[in-house]
Amino acid sequence: MTLKTFAGGLHPPDSKHYTEEKAIERCPLPDELIIPAAQHIGAPAEICVVVGDQVKKGQPIATAKGFVSVPIHASTSGEVIAVEPRPHPMGRPLPAVVIKPDGEDQWDESLQGNDPGQLDAAELKNLICNAGIVGMGGATFPAHVKLSPPEGKNIDTLILNGVECEPFLTADHRMMLEESERIIDGVKILRKILGLETAIIGIEVNKPNAIEKLTAECAPHNIQVQALKVQYPQGAEKQLIDACTGRQVPSGGLPMDCGVVVQNVGTCAAISDAIRLGHPLVERVATVTGPGIIEPKNLLVAIGTPLQHLLDQCVGIDGEPAKIIMGGPMMGQTQLSLDVPAIRGTSGLLVFREEDLPRKNAGPCIRCGRCIGVCPIHLQPTTIAAYARLDRVDDAENYNALDCIECGCCTYICPATLPLVQSIRHIKGGIMAKRRNS
Amino acid sequence: MDNQLYLSSSPHIHSGETTERIMRLVIYALLPAILLSLIFFGLPALSVLLICTLGCIGFEALACRLMKLPNSIKDGSGALTGILLALNLPASTPWWISLLGAAIAILIGKMIYGGLGYNPFNPALVARVVLLISFPVQMTRWTAPTPLTSGIDAVSAATPLGEMKTAVMLTGKLPEMATSGFLNYFSGNIAGCLGEVSALALLAGGLFLIYKKVISWHIPVSFIGSTLAISAIFWLIDPSKYPNPLFHLITGGLVLGAFFMATDMVTSPVTHKGMLIFGFGCGLLTILIRLFGGYPEGVSFAILLMNAATPLIDRYCRPKIYGQVEQQA
Repeated sequence: MTLKTFAGGLHPPDSKHYTEEKAIERCPLPDELIIPAAQHIGAPAEICVVVGDQVKKGQPIATAKGFVSVPIHASTSGEVIAVEPRPHPMGRPLPAVVIKPDGEDQWDESLQGNDPGQLDAAELKNLICNAGIVGMGGATFPAHVKLSPPEGKNIDTLILNGVECEPFLTADHRMMLEESERIIDGVKILRKILGLETAIIGIEVNKPNAIEKLTAECAPHNIQVQALKVQYPQGAEKQLIDACTGRQVPSGGLPMDCGVVVQNVGTCAAISDAIRLGHPLVERVATVTGPGIIEPKNLLVAIGTPLQHLLDQCVGIDGEPAKIIMGGPMMGQTQLSLDVPAIRGTSGLLVFREEDLPRKNAGPCIRCGRCIGVCPIHLQPTTIAAYARLDRVDDAENYNALDCIECGCCTYICPATLPLVQSIRHIKGGIMAKRRNS
Repeated sequence: MDNQLYLSSSPHIHSGETTERIMRLVIYALLPAILLSLIFFGLPALSVLLICTLGCIGFEALACRLMKLPNSIKDGSGALTGILLALNLPASTPWWISLLGAAIAILIGKMIYGGLGYNPFNPALVARVVLLISFPVQMTRWTAPTPLTSGIDAVSAATPLGEMKTAVMLTGKLPEMATSGFLNYFSGNIAGCLGEVSALALLAGGLFLIYKKVISWHIPVSFIGSTLAISAIFWLIDPSKYPNPLFHLITGGLVLGAFFMATDMVTSPVTHKGMLIFGFGCGLLTILIRLFGGYPEGVSFAILLMNAATPLIDRYCRPKIYGQVEQQA
């Protein structure tokens, strides 16, 4: 059988052996939780508590501002000890609610579960929004927005993303093995909202146990498990849609423009909790890993737990950390310090020591064309990057720089170790600025 | 935290692929041909190889120093240019012509444009063509293969392509060697440049490069394929005047050119579609020059002419990007 996949991409060493066999462990609560108001794509939530307030687990501490926004909730019960800018994964301090846990970890009693069978699509979507559900693969796009196609957009396919193509990360893999019931329940809720009978779960074949387990459990529910070739970025939304359906998202469009909704498997489990238990998104699984981590783990983390606390659960690192990455090594963001909290989009904490970092020997482009061969969008990264270095915004735009999904394949493969995707990111900012000004 | 952390934009890992590795693999792929040329032509071949290679490395180091550029000789591209130049010269090339060729390749072919990655033409071919035009006598004084063990002095001989051209010009008919009995050239029993001696050894090296994914199949297949196809058309028209396509394949520098010279990444198109067009152009020009041009061999000129067309090809061969589809209503 030839496995489904997309055109382009590459296969970096998946480095998942550190944690793929490790069952999810609950991470103990830290001394203080730092819960930022901005944890999703869209408008940051508006903080609605003040210092001194007693909060319960699951109680909203910031309210959604606009349609593309979600509320933020307390991840445990305790006292609000500060409302102030704190270090944020985005790189600069942003407003956050700091909670001192009281050790009780008590849920807000007003939160009540529902039977999804008794609710209609609008009510379900409302509950999902109020529970603060965002895409947990890392992009943190509010889930209810994806589930609300505008008039005239016909959604006929639901794809669940269990690909986890980023090297090192195993959070979704463990979720599929250990929380398959919640995932399947979430899929059924999503189907009901979208009015669909079927769904596809895409999983790379480097997770055979997850494929086997879900195939068996999904069969009675008319959910198809699609085995996919191990090829980065198979889990990127556009590539996953192409691999599973053969459709392409139009340039500049969204998956709904080709009739598809994609949700991460972790998001499905969170949606199940939000409906059945009434529990908002206050915790998630994150992989804490890296070649130097003494005991790498998959941790169930309360949102707002500082990264240092996660590292402490893994007995620290053998050596000095040189690079701290939130997310995977291909698209994750480097962090200024370990004081930054884990947020809703934190799929992993990856720590590299000096010796784990790639050697740099940047030379001139030899026009080998490898970046073009691996680009999953079929762009010409080296050409766009050359225009970027010359600040030729119009030429970069003409070479479709805005279609770049920033997967990093070009930089990964470049024999001259040129910072291709970095240059493209830079010029994309220039193109957006030009469009705003015109 | 008291130690310093790196902040950078993703990705944070790298494939480990380097320019040096690419150049090294190409040199490895040339080893069988180099070895055979040494066996067939002996010490003169060794001296041409050494002078060209060391000359290229030396001139590159000198140019970097004069141009105040970081020394680039360890990327291996200079050494590779030297080897390719040597493979494009006859074994009897005087030392000063070899050295001059190295200077032309590196200084005029490459460094004058800013070094590796910026040269529009294949440096080794620039040097070969300049030498061919400037020193036609020395550059076409071919020696027949004289194995190291034979103990006799070099015997001068014409290349098969040269012999064919002369015969066709004089008599209007192909000589006998071009119609039959040329298959033993395949393994290397042939007069010509160092790199023309064995199509088989070059083919092995070329396939190694494709297997290692250093080059893609597009240029060699399109180049050789179009050469065979176009020559077959002429052969079918008049087999007494135009040679068998296989004769074109195994004589001259076609295999060397198709696998090692035309695939030079810097001077060939970057997209697969562009590579196919580039290879076709090379094949077409090669046959036109061989059959109707003034020179017996046309591979070098064909590749250089197509090098000039590369920016244009790249401009018109942009891949179709993901998502250029009709939007669902």
